[in-house]
Amino acid sequence: MSPMLETRQASFARSGESVFAPVDLTLAAGEALIVLGPNGCGKTTLLRMLAGILRPWEGEVVRHCQPAFLGHLPAFKGDLSCRENLAFQRRFHGGEGLDENRALARVGLAGLGLRPARTLSAGQKRRLGLAGLLVAPRSLWLLDEPYASLDDAGCELVDQLLTEHLAGGGAVALSAHQRKPMIEIDLARLELTPPGGAA
Amino acid sequence: MIWKTIKVNFHRLGSPPTFYRLAQVLSPWLWGGFVLCAAIGLYQALYVVPPDYQQSDSFRILYIHVPSAWQAMAGYVVMAILAVIALVWRIRTVEIMAMAGAPIGAAFTFICLATGSLWGRPMWGTWWAWDARLTSMLVLLFIYLGIMGLYAAFEDRRKGARVACILILVGVVNIPIIHFSVEWWTTLHQGATIRLFSGESTMHESMMPPLVWMTIAVKLMFGAALLDRARNDLLDQDRRKGWVQARLGEAA
Amino acid sequence: MIVRSMSALIARDLRLAVRHGGESLMPLIFLFSVIILIPLGVGPGPNLLAAIAPGMIWVAALLASLLALENLFRPDLEDGTLEQWWIGFCPAGALVVARLFSHWLITAVPVIVFAPLAAQMLYLPAEALGVLVLSLLLGTPILSLVGGLAAALTLGTNRGSILLSILVFPLVVPVLIFATGAVSAAADDLSARAHLGMLGALLILAITLVPLATSAALRLNIE
Repeated sequence: MSPMLETRQASFARSGESVFAPVDLTLAAGEALIVLGPNGCGKTTLLRMLAGILRPWEGEVVRHCQPAFLGHLPAFKGDLSCRENLAFQRRFHGGEGLDENRALARVGLAGLGLRPARTLSAGQKRRLGLAGLLVAPRSLWLLDEPYASLDDAGCELVDQLLTEHLAGGGAVALSAHQRKPMIEIDLARLELTPPGGAA
Repeated sequence: MIWKTIKVNFHRLGSPPTFYRLAQVLSPWLWGGFVLCAAIGLYQALYVVPPDYQQSDSFRILYIHVPSAWQAMAGYVVMAILAVIALVWRIRTVEIMAMAGAPIGAAFTFICLATGSLWGRPMWGTWWAWDARLTSMLVLLFIYLGIMGLYAAFEDRRKGARVACILILVGVVNIPIIHFSVEWWTTLHQGATIRLFSGESTMHESMMPPLVWMTIAVKLMFGAALLDRARNDLLDQDRRKGWVQARLGEAA
Repeated sequence: MIVRSMSALIARDLRLAVRHGGESLMPLIFLFSVIILIPLGVGPGPNLLAAIAPGMIWVAALLASLLALENLFRPDLEDGTLEQWWIGFCPAGALVVARLFSHWLITAVPVIVFAPLAAQMLYLPAEALGVLVLSLLLGTPILSLVGGLAAALTLGTNRGSILLSILVFPLVVPVLIFATGAVSAAADDLSARAHLGMLGALLILAITLVPLATSAALRLNIE
């Protein structure tokens, strides 16, 4: 199967110091990867590098499709309503997914379409982020801590969305801290290690 | 193949301990050369060259003013070349060298402006004239200050150096445009214009040798100061790293 | 695709500007406060004011353009929308152009529209009004481009604003010279075509080169 994402000895350096040891990975359709490691080991940095936000300091990252990246920050404008935010995402990222209302209903925000995004709670903002993945579909999802701030129902929702996405030929790389995805597909695991062993 | 060799050698030179050692060896020679050339140049400038029949002795400030002006511009070119190398190959020592050039270039620009002003007082009867060259130099000083300020404003010095390198390159495109526009501007407002050199070609032959000596001296000094500043910055940034600790142990 | 992403960004920025209301009119109000202070400072004599009017209006427009720069990329950096610029199909340089275009529409166009009024307050000859507007139309986009570059360079620092003006000042010297030259020439009944031509050339140069440097600086700053 043709890979969607490949890295070859990719690493990133901040202030001239490598954040993690070089990473080699491939991700093909239907595959899921979970990035593990203690706080500060560079999980977010790795995902941002896979997304193309950061350029690898050494090695290379090859993307064969456009990714979607969901990070710590909401990536929404608080002064726009939920629906306006989603409409912007659809146009900006250029995709023909669910329409805004259906996407909001899918993530459990039905009826909140006209609310300004800044009035949402932390968990609701995460759900709005997930809705963004539905309005502008991408086959490669890069999710940084998708379970953070979500309640039990929200975590189950993430699992459902992951299952559907993988079944539909998508691929996922995600980082998770406490809760791990409970899905039927096997997760590849990537433990991030500090650079150069002891140094 | 050749490309690869060049790149490997570049990176080897760019490794901090190697660079540090190289700079340590080169810098005393450059300082020595500077002292020698400056001694010859200043002696000739102050004692050998006869007084000018119009400007008497005050023209002698030219031997500081002109080399500084040239170096202020040449220093920027050096920084620009270093900035390109730093951005393309991401070599840390080159980033540090590019940043080390800014205060030295700013100092030469300031010396040029200050000596020009001192010279202008007896010659034109005013400390400052909105002459095209003086104005361009003043703008150049602000570009240097902007680069220094930008570098200093970042907590992550590596990032600061890379961002400031972009600014250096923007300046490369902009400085000629600024110079051209300022010349255009002074020709439009002719009333206020005083030409600094009514004609360089009229300079007498006997006045030339000290200028050459001083120019070489200033270039050597720039190089020496650049290496020393870069060395200090490197030492400061790497003070917790193994190679610096080892070096300090050696010295103690 | 590129046009679609750019237009989406422009539409969203304009919508946000409407939501924020008067914020976008701040540069215009600032322009008028400078214009009102000048006669109070140098005296109300029409001859003196008319002589310095081209320079004063342009200096005021330049200072006004500095006002809105701090918020050009910073809110997007803080809410995470900026990093999305490097994920889509659209090159970040094009998105920089889109952002600066909406910024120019919001902050500079009101200044251009009301500049003739400000010029009248300083007794600029009526023949020069057309050239003044033309010089602003050609010159303010350069101010936006250069200002955007400075905003991008200082984005990663926490004391951006004062540094920003130091960075902008040397870069806009040519704009100021050619723009005021054009207006002064028109006020003296001379042809302003050479000056305006130079301004146009500067604009083309700025549009081609500045977005590249700006997106490079932005990217370094989101790392």
